[in-house]
Amino acid sequence: MRPSRILLVFLLLLGVAPFVLPEFWITLANYIGLYALVALGLVLLTGVGGLTSFGQAAFVGLGAYTTAVLTTSTLSGVPALAGSPWLALIAGLLLTLLVAALLGSLTLRLSGHYLPLGTIAWGMSLALMFGTSETLGGYTGLTGIPPISVFGHTLESGRQIYVLIWVFLMAGVVTTLNLLDSREGRAIRALKGGMVMAESMGVNTSASRMVAFVLAALMAAASGWLYAHMQRFVNPTPFSLPMGIEYLFMAVIGGAGHVWGALLGAFVITVSKTWLQDILPQIVGQAGNFEVIVFGVLMIVILQRAPDGLWPALTRRLPVRVPRRVVRPEVPPLAKRPVPPTGEMLLEVDKVTRRFGGLVAVSEMSLAVRAGEIVALIGPNGAGKSTMFNLVSGVLDPTSGAVRFRGRPVGGRPSREIALMGLSRTFQHVRLLAQMSVLDNVAIGAHRREYPGLLAGVLTGAWRLDRSEEARLLAEAARQIERVGLADHMFETAGSLPLGKQRILEIARALCSDPCLLLLDEPAAGLRYLEKRALAELLRKLKGEGLSILLVEHDMDFVMGLVDRITVMDFGQKIAEGLPDQIQRDPRVLEAYLGGVAETDAA
Amino acid sequence: MNFDIALLLAQDGITNGAIYALLALALVLAFAVTRVIFIPQGEFVAYGALTLVAVQAGRLPGTVWLLLVAGGLVSLIEVVRAIRTRSVRALRSVLPWNLAYPLAAWAVLANVPLQSLPMALQIGLALAVVVPLGPMIYRLAFQPLAEASVLILLIVSVAVHVVMVGLGLLVFGAEGARTPAFSEGTIELGTLSASAQSLWVIACSLALIVLLYLAFERTVYGKALRATAVNRLGARLMGIPTEFAGRLSFFLCALIGALSGILIAPITTIYYDTGFSIGLKGFVGAIIGGLSSYPIAALGALLVGLLESYSSFWASAYKEVIVFTLIIPVLLVRSLRAHRVEEEE
Repeated sequence: MRPSRILLVFLLLLGVAPFVLPEFWITLANYIGLYALVALGLVLLTGVGGLTSFGQAAFVGLGAYTTAVLTTSTLSGVPALAGSPWLALIAGLLLTLLVAALLGSLTLRLSGHYLPLGTIAWGMSLALMFGTSETLGGYTGLTGIPPISVFGHTLESGRQIYVLIWVFLMAGVVTTLNLLDSREGRAIRALKGGMVMAESMGVNTSASRMVAFVLAALMAAASGWLYAHMQRFVNPTPFSLPMGIEYLFMAVIGGAGHVWGALLGAFVITVSKTWLQDILPQIVGQAGNFEVIVFGVLMIVILQRAPDGLWPALTRRLPVRVPRRVVRPEVPPLAKRPVPPTGEMLLEVDKVTRRFGGLVAVSEMSLAVRAGEIVALIGPNGAGKSTMFNLVSGVLDPTSGAVRFRGRPVGGRPSREIALMGLSRTFQHVRLLAQMSVLDNVAIGAHRREYPGLLAGVLTGAWRLDRSEEARLLAEAARQIERVGLADHMFETAGSLPLGKQRILEIARALCSDPCLLLLDEPAAGLRYLEKRALAELLRKLKGEGLSILLVEHDMDFVMGLVDRITVMDFGQKIAEGLPDQIQRDPRVLEAYLGGVAETDAA
Repeated sequence: MNFDIALLLAQDGITNGAIYALLALALVLAFAVTRVIFIPQGEFVAYGALTLVAVQAGRLPGTVWLLLVAGGLVSLIEVVRAIRTRSVRALRSVLPWNLAYPLAAWAVLANVPLQSLPMALQIGLALAVVVPLGPMIYRLAFQPLAEASVLILLIVSVAVHVVMVGLGLLVFGAEGARTPAFSEGTIELGTLSASAQSLWVIACSLALIVLLYLAFERTVYGKALRATAVNRLGARLMGIPTEFAGRLSFFLCALIGALSGILIAPITTIYYDTGFSIGLKGFVGAIIGGLSSYPIAALGALLVGLLESYSSFWASAYKEVIVFTLIIPVLLVRSLRAHRVEEEE
């Protein structure tokens, strides 16, 4: 069965529900919908983006209190918007956007655990504010919130607002699914475990984290708005930290990596909470929130045993076939940058020194790569090659000296800007998103091709206005996959490929960013003989197509027949430079590097 | 505000700040060794205090049941593992601590006239019940996830917190309680008068900090923990098992938490869920130290105590808000210093 059929059945059931379900279940369904909307934001943030927030309840509160104040106007000087909760919704979303952007900008550049810690503090503070502020009604809250009207219908009963809640939730689900299937969505999916890689492909990971955080906050605020108009009163309790924690439980238990997991989690927690609240106090003989003990233990067990949550366990039992992505090779190709004329100076490393404390890892190194060349930087282990590589690719800044790419200084720039200049890299230890397909992995390389900007990318992605653009990105990725000879594996997951093919996949990803210089970090390391030969073949072919390559290696055999020029490093210094033949005969190189090999040969 | 009030507030702030400093140190320790952001630290504060309350009232503290259950679960897991791997050697160190010890503790507490014991012994018994829960929790909740990301560990940490608060309500009930002061009265220092309990708190905190420092500098176990904090894999290669370092650091965290609870129980009423906000204030201190610097974390926690005390004078309704909002400028400064994108562990 195709997923769209199952979705159709689900939507039908949702549509029939208000006509057949008793009042109790409608109320429950309303809560499930409201909670699922918040959990959905957490799926985007936690399961997909690798961040989290315990303060979502506070954002729900922000949405609820904004509309409560604006539509009942207990503040003097503010006219009541009693007739138009919709204006209050817009105000609430704007306020949430502002607060989330502020909170995000404070924590998102720090390592991942500062955001959740920040949200705990923020969640406590805001809930306390709701409780202590007189204008917000203190702990008794605000009453008299008007119902929402849609096209002249007033949504007073639970059955009426049920429709609106689930329309909102489904809109949220569709938006999230769309977004994840777009250029910016791929960047967000790369955040979990692939930040360094994504940055070197031109992704601004701080901005992508911000997008995920702000979207999650907006969904929470929308849920709060619905909640306020469903209950018709607000008080601080449902927006306090314990509720924020419960939202996270829903997302994780349902399956934080899956959009539908949010619904499942909200359903499981809400239904079992109702049930546990009935039976637990009878068992233990006193009143209290004992269901949280069960949820907490469940949470720990799930994270230990099935970190993907319940959703994957459920779908495994359903006969679902996920349709393969469609690549349309006939769409107009992406614009390419002009190829630099052969012989143009591309990369110029000028007397670069890098110290780590007292240790000089690289000392007064110079190096040049001209358009159309393959240059190798070789040297024994510990010679400083990797430090050199990091200096060139912007991972490290030089202590002194300059690195210039096409005449522009590179030092001190973040690696995503260097990527934009036309310098693309692979990693010594492959950095792939193992669960994503080869096609999606390679498409990350095209992140900044014909880039419409972050906001435009998110909006067009969320509302499916990017389809022609996305088709061109995928076609480009497919083209690069064919170029490196991986066409047969296009739809497999990247993690299932053997190492040799994973390295070639990294080259395809780098090619997808349309570079003029390719930086390869020990591309032959760990490869078997035949894999090495295939790799050398590929690099020769790429050179024939006008690409320039700088590779860092210590495998002499691999380098010798392949490259135009070689620079040899030892102890952080350049000891030789020249054609492969010269290098093979250079006595200093033989002593520093090949000494052992030459002796063995003689013996 | 006149000078006397300012002094009084400072005394209050320093007393609370000393407790927050202890907690902040424990949090930095747990994070350095295990990468766990130990949210349930505050629950140990409440457990320690309320267990002492029960002991002093001559009741069998409910935490004994938790000790029995947690120890039983650990034993069960280890026995199953021993059967699966056909190696019973590991059980020799597991069963005495997780099965025999809780039973012994139960037997002692159920049969000794708790109420009539001297206070020092009562405190000792309370600690003996609460502190072993630390390593047990590490074994049950965190050890299976030792290789997980900081984020997952944090979520588990919050789940443990939730469970412990729920269990706290179950075993202690919703009533708050105080314990009698270690010694009554006030001490006059010139024009300044300080309550004896405040001095106890400050003196004990300082003593504990010095002891911890010595333990870390001088003892083999301390050095093992420091080595693990610097490089987990390296420490393991040198023969320090990660699990051992984890259990040891959780033992210390539980000890510091429970002791903190016992120290402040005469000053402030403790409820089953009071610990969380106390622990969080230690957190604000630890975050000021970037979760890595012990001295800055301790100073930060002291600052939190003073800020709380003075803001309770000027804007008492908002004192918690002010304290937790302190985290924002701290994060701002850290954020402006942050430079490169790094992979999360």
